Amino acid sequence: MIAMLIRRLIQAALVMLVVAFISFSLFQFVGDPINNMVGQEASQQDRAELRERLGLNDPIPIQFFRFVGNAVKGEFGISYRMARPVSEVIAERLPATLELALVSGVLAISLGIGLGVYTALRRDGWLSHFIMSSSLIGVSLPTFLIGILLIYLFSVELQWLPSFGRGETVQITENWSTGLLTVSGWKSLILPAITLGLFQLTLLMRLVRAEMLEVLRTDYIKFARARGIKQSSIHFHHALKNTLLPVITIAGLQLGSIIAFAIITETVFQWPGVGLLFINAIRFVDIPFMSAYLLLIALVFVVINLIVDLLYFAVDPRLRATKRSAGR
Amino acid sequence: MTQALLSVRDLVVEFPKRKTRLTALDKVSFDIHPGEILGMVGESGAGKSLTGAAIIGLLEPPGHVASGEIWLKDQRIDQLPYDQMRRLRGKRIAMIFQDPLTSLNPILTIANQLIETIQTHLPLNDKEARARAIQLLDEVGIPAASKRIDDYPHQFSGGMRQRVVIALALAGEPELIIADEPTTALDVSVQAQIIDVLKRMCHEHKTAVMLVTHDMGVIAEACDRVAVMYAGRIAEIGDVRQIVKRPQHPYTQGLMGSIPSITERVERLTQIPGSMPRLDAIPTGCAFNPRCTQKIDRCTQDRPDLIATSQGQVSCWLYEGEKP
Repeated sequence: MIAMLIRRLIQAALVMLVVAFISFSLFQFVGDPINNMVGQEASQQDRAELRERLGLNDPIPIQFFRFVGNAVKGEFGISYRMARPVSEVIAERLPATLELALVSGVLAISLGIGLGVYTALRRDGWLSHFIMSSSLIGVSLPTFLIGILLIYLFSVELQWLPSFGRGETVQITENWSTGLLTVSGWKSLILPAITLGLFQLTLLMRLVRAEMLEVLRTDYIKFARARGIKQSSIHFHHALKNTLLPVITIAGLQLGSIIAFAIITETVFQWPGVGLLFINAIRFVDIPFMSAYLLLIALVFVVINLIVDLLYFAVDPRLRATKRSAGR
Repeated sequence: MTQALLSVRDLVVEFPKRKTRLTALDKVSFDIHPGEILGMVGESGAGKSLTGAAIIGLLEPPGHVASGEIWLKDQRIDQLPYDQMRRLRGKRIAMIFQDPLTSLNPILTIANQLIETIQTHLPLNDKEARARAIQLLDEVGIPAASKRIDDYPHQFSGGMRQRVVIALALAGEPELIIADEPTTALDVSVQAQIIDVLKRMCHEHKTAVMLVTHDMGVIAEACDRVAVMYAGRIAEIGDVRQIVKRPQHPYTQGLMGSIPSITERVERLTQIPGSMPRLDAIPTGCAFNPRCTQKIDRCTQDRPDLIATSQGQVSCWLYEGEKP
């Protein structure tokens, strides 16, 4: 168990190092940041001074080590665009993105599993057919279109929900402002959360359904039926657990991509999160911010993967046993 | 003779296809008496397993009982609503499947699966159910049952798992166990042990068994009576020793002739020419007639019913009019 944990952590660190190298090389290959930072009137001397101050004249390996060292401390330099520390900017915007991702993740996972199980058990019901056909919409429509359609319907025509922004927020700690404690915050959250989660929801639902149907055909389910076990227990005790094993992996990866690819949804709804910031950073070639964002997303994926591995370990007794004997 | 435990009468199981329907079981009739072990032999696709599935009400749709009756003592069970049939399963009729490696839920402990089954059928609290589960495991020959009960299925070997499966099938103290090729997936050395356990347990608990297999050795070893199936019909039923020694139906004769013997020296084993017809191409008259070496004109025209003879029942025109 501990050996596995250490092995996974080393792997995770390696992945992070590679990503760090990629995001560091952004500095070397994407344009000259100085041009963006200074005005037209800046003299050659001003430029040279700025270059020196940002450490852009040092040899590349030194720059890289400095970059990694700073990144570990959570320092990603000064944003070219906003002239403020990147870490500060991100910390300010991250709560918005995390709240959005959390709500749409919970929505996608709970509804995805629930509807998947329902459509697997009532395979021939009209409601199942309806759910399955409408899930095609979620799978096939691009996110921005869903967002725009939702805005059109609920904000423009029905005028029930706001079309942009976060609504009122409450400051919990210095850096953390939440929209989850106000009515207008929740109202603003609904549409973006649906937009962001719909694809994951339908994907999970279809996966759960397929897995569940597969499990219901297995011998151990047949044997459980032959022993007279109650239908509800067969479905939710014997079958569902086995169904969820592969679903955990996918759900984990999906949660990662919800956080990582909130960009489009945040743009459509003008949601003040990191994704929106990232879009603006690209437009401005704000390399410190871009590289920090890249690292952040990599970290999210690595952490989620680690959690998925541990969850697997907790849920599947077969893994525990093989690991135990392998560890001996 | 005492009242039959299970009576199957003219059972017909059909699978609807797009235009036609396939008759997988055609007028199958037989009885199982309390405490008896009835063997079911036949080639793959003869309908042995299907008969078991039909009895316990677990035919896979679209397969269904089209006509005929199944009686468990005084109760007709082929038309019971789902929940009543569920209560009966495990409590009065249990089933054991072929592959012990896939019959147990991989992520639930043996204790979990056994106790749930026991409590489904018997009014025991957790502690009593656990004690009974341990006792059952002990009876089927799991060493250190009280420790191993909390293990997961993958921690047991194939033979041990099939013992667990037998314990699970016996958990509700059923009157009949349908054992669908319980030894086919096991090593030869383990097969005999499992048959032994099954025989002993059923003898001790006075449970009747319908033993589906295509292994004549297992039949001869374990069964009291045997039913030979061919193309969804019963060819012959009778006392196992009689049938092994003096098979009546030409198909059974061919089947017995194809088994090598240690005591008798034979140059070539007999082989029945041809193969069993597909379900959509069963000939009129006796299903076996195209391959039969002793056929008479009538065999291609009328289908023979089971005819009582001196040693059992056989569906063959050759025995018509013979005094039972």
